[in-house]
Amino acid sequence: MTIPDTSAPLPATAAPVAPEPKSAPPARTEPKARRRSSRRAPARRTLTYAVLVVAVSATLLPFAWMFLGAFKTQGELLRRPITWWPEQPTLDNFLVWFNELHIGTFFLNSVVVAVFTVLGNLLFCSMVGYALAKMDFPGKRFLFLLVMVMLMVPGVVTFVPLFVMVSKLGLVSTYPALILPFLAAPMGVFLMRQFIMGIPDSLIEAARIDGAGELRTFLRIVMPLCGPPLATLGILTFLGSWNNFLWPLVVAQSEEMYTLPVALSLYSTGQNATDYGLLLAGSVLIITPIILLFVALQRYFIQGVAATGIK
Amino acid sequence: MATTTNVMPAGTKNAGRPPARARVRAGQSRRRRNALTAWLFALPFVLIFGVFMLGPLVSSFLMSFTDFTSRDIENPFAVGFVGLEQYAALFRNPQFLHSVLNTAYFVAAGIPLTTVLALALAVALNNGISRFRTAFRVGFYTPVVTSIVAVAVVWRFILQPDGLLNVILGWMGIAGPDWLNSTTWSMPALIMLAVWRNLGTLMIIFLAGLQAVPGDILEAAEVDGANAWQRFTRITLPMLRPTLLLGTVLLSVGFLQFFEEPFVMTKGGPLDSTLSVSYFTYNQFGFGKYGLASAASYVLFVAIALLSLLQFRALRSKD
Repeated sequence: MTIPDTSAPLPATAAPVAPEPKSAPPARTEPKARRRSSRRAPARRTLTYAVLVVAVSATLLPFAWMFLGAFKTQGELLRRPITWWPEQPTLDNFLVWFNELHIGTFFLNSVVVAVFTVLGNLLFCSMVGYALAKMDFPGKRFLFLLVMVMLMVPGVVTFVPLFVMVSKLGLVSTYPALILPFLAAPMGVFLMRQFIMGIPDSLIEAARIDGAGELRTFLRIVMPLCGPPLATLGILTFLGSWNNFLWPLVVAQSEEMYTLPVALSLYSTGQNATDYGLLLAGSVLIITPIILLFVALQRYFIQGVAATGIK
Repeated sequence: MATTTNVMPAGTKNAGRPPARARVRAGQSRRRRNALTAWLFALPFVLIFGVFMLGPLVSSFLMSFTDFTSRDIENPFAVGFVGLEQYAALFRNPQFLHSVLNTAYFVAAGIPLTTVLALALAVALNNGISRFRTAFRVGFYTPVVTSIVAVAVVWRFILQPDGLLNVILGWMGIAGPDWLNSTTWSMPALIMLAVWRNLGTLMIIFLAGLQAVPGDILEAAEVDGANAWQRFTRITLPMLRPTLLLGTVLLSVGFLQFFEEPFVMTKGGPLDSTLSVSYFTYNQFGFGKYGLASAASYVLFVAIALLSLLQFRALRSKD
C-alpha cells in the first residue's frame, strides 16, 4: 500500500505520460473467454453445466428448506420421515410474528439503524477518502496506516472497552449505541480513497483554478463522479448493518430496541427454541428483503466485492 | 492555484497535469490552510474512529496488563497493574489452549477447502460455460448476503440426526452422525457451514482476477500446443497470484475470528469442541474477567497480523 507522493516535482522530460489509474472496474474480457470455450467439445461443456447446476442447487437447498418449512405446521415439521412440500400450507407461523411478537417494531429498528449507518458511511467515508486521495497534509500517511491496521483488528478486541464506554455513557438500549460505532467504517474509507485516487487530478485542479473551494470541488466535481463506489459502499453497509447481530444483542437490552436478528436470536434460544415453524418464518422474514435487494442490485454487490478484491 | 507562475503552454506533454513545481513553491500559510481544510474533511471520521475504534483498541491493550474486572467499571483507577500475568494465565488455561487448537483446526481445514472450491467454481464460470453466468453467480453468492441468525435456524434443523442432510446421505447408503451433538462431527459441520457462507465472496474475487488474465496469451499458448491443464497451471495461476493472495488473506482474517457459527449453532459445545478463541474471549467478557478477555483478544490480533504477513511473504516471494 503506497501513497503516491503528489508533491514531488514532475521530471523535466515527462516522457510518456503515465496512464491514469482506471476509474471504472476492469474491462471484462468475457467475449474472448466465450470464443475459446465454444470451440471446446460440447460434451465437456454439458458436464460443466451439470456440475454447476448440482453445486448451485446444493448451495440454495437450505433456503428452499427454510421457505418450505415456514409454511408447515409444527406437527408436520416434527414428523418423520420428513416431508418436502407442505401438506397443509399454513400462514400461522407468520401471523404469530405479526400479531404477538411486535415484528413491526423490530423491522423499524433494523431499518432506522441501517439507514443512518448507510448515510453516515456515504458522507464521512467519502470526505476522508477525498482528503486522503487528493490533499496533502501532515499526518496523512499515519492516518491511512491506522485505517489499514484497523482492517485487521478482530471485533473482540474493541468489544469490551466499547461496551464499558457505552454503558458508562448511559447509552445502553438506545439508537446511538446501535449506530455510532459503525458510522464510518475503515473499509469504506479504503474503498472511497482508492476510487477517488483514480479521478484525474486535472479535473480537480481545473475546479480549483476556477476558484472553487475544496468543499465545492468535493460536492460538485468529486461526489457526482463517485456513483459506482457510493452504490457499492451503500449496499455493503446496508447489508452489514441489517445482518449485524452480536453488538446489537449486547447493547439492545430492552425489547423495544431489538433489531430483527436480535429478536430471532433470542427467540431461538428461549422458550420457543423448538418451535421450528415460528423460527423458520422469522428467518424468511429477515432474509426476504435482503434477497430481493440483492437480486435487484446484484451487479453492484458483485462489482463491490470484486473492486475491494482487485485493488 | 493563484500563485502559479510557470503555466506551461498548451499542447506540451504536461498539459492537464498539476503544475507540481509551482505547488512546491506555494507559501507556508497556504499550505497550513490546506492542511486545516484536509483535517476538517477528515474530522467526522477521525472523531468516530478515535472514540469508537482507536480508543477501545488502546484501552483494551492497557487493560490486558491489569486485573480489571466488571466490578472495576465504577472506579477504573483502582485496578492493579499485573504486567504480563494475564498473558501467562492465558497460556496456562487449558480451555484457552483448547480454543486455540479448535481455531487452528477450523482455519487449516476451512481455508484450503474454501479456496479450492471457489477457484474451481470461478474457473468453471469463466471459461467452462457461456450462458447463465449471472444466475450461477447470484446463486453461489446468496448465502453471503443472508443473516447468520436466520441461516443458523435452518441449518440446525437440517443437521438434526434425522434431518435433511442425513436423509440425503442415507440415499447414498451413508448413516450420518448426530452432527451438532458429537465432539467429532460438530466442527466439520461448522466448517461446512462456513465454507457455504464464504464461497461466494471468494468466487467473485477470483472471477474478477480471472477476467483480468489476457485472453491473447492463453490463445497463444493454445496455438503452441498447451493443453487446458497446462494453460491453467502455467499461465492462469501465476497471473492470478495477487488475487489468490488477497483472497486468502481476507479469508484468514475472517476465519481466525471464527465466532458467529459456534455462537448460533453449538454455543461452543459439545464439551468445548467448537469453542474458538473469539468465543473464549467473549465468554471471559461475560464472566466479567475483562483483563483476561483483553489479553486473549490481543493474542488473536497478533496471530491475525502474523498470518497475514506470512501469506504476503509466501505468495510474493516468487516475484
